[in-house]
Amino acid sequence: MILILIGFISGIVSGMGIGGGAILIPALVLAVNPPQHTAQSVNLIFFIPTAIVALLVHAKNKRIDIKAAVPIIIFGLIGAYAGGILAAKLQGAQLRKLFGIFLMAMGIYELLSKKTKKFDS
Amino acid sequence: MAMLWRDAMKKNILIMILIGFVTGFANGLFGSGGGTIVVPAMIFFLGMEEHKAHATAISVILPLTILSAVLYTANKYTDWNITWKVTLGGAAGGFVGAKLLNICPAKWLRIIFAFFMIFASIRLIFF
Repeated sequence: MILILIGFISGIVSGMGIGGGAILIPALVLAVNPPQHTAQSVNLIFFIPTAIVALLVHAKNKRIDIKAAVPIIIFGLIGAYAGGILAAKLQGAQLRKLFGIFLMAMGIYELLSKKTKKFDS
Repeated sequence: MAMLWRDAMKKNILIMILIGFVTGFANGLFGSGGGTIVVPAMIFFLGMEEHKAHATAISVILPLTILSAVLYTANKYTDWNITWKVTLGGAAGGFVGAKLLNICPAKWLRIIFAFFMIFASIRLIFF
């Protein structure tokens, strides 16, 4: 039940532009205490179906800047591969602390930024 | 003039390479946070309009997330019992969230969640 509730709250948040992962991952870790890597994998998979639906809507409305997207995606894939390999080399406790630092930066940014528009994860 | 344009293009390409790599790296390492980086980066450094940046961000994050998810799955980090329950709740939350935005001011929700993030980060770093 707590898992469905965490998903529910994260779903609300990701519609608001905070990015569901910033709530989902720490909530999972603090409430259910899975390995850090597992909490992160849940967020990755969680994002895929919603993103596909959102992407189809945006593509239909021609809101995507493909010229900018293509190079960012290509180098993003290289970055994701490097990040994923590094994550696999780290122990859960190390990754959890690193994630905590990243989360704190995101939280402070959220507090200071004044944007109100929504965006997805 | 042509040279100026070429220089501007070169600079933009370098910026795009950097934005892509950093976004992807966060996505792979932390399984999250790509959108938090790529949206403001495209607005500030590429001068993209905000609504376009939000849409473009999803087209960027989706392939990165699929690659990261494959890597995590290959390393056997996935726990499907947790994943399907959370995803089920998430679908309902996304639906309710869209309605809720019309009632409750997003500004206050954002501040509450930002405090949660900072509180949680302290727990994760120190405890």
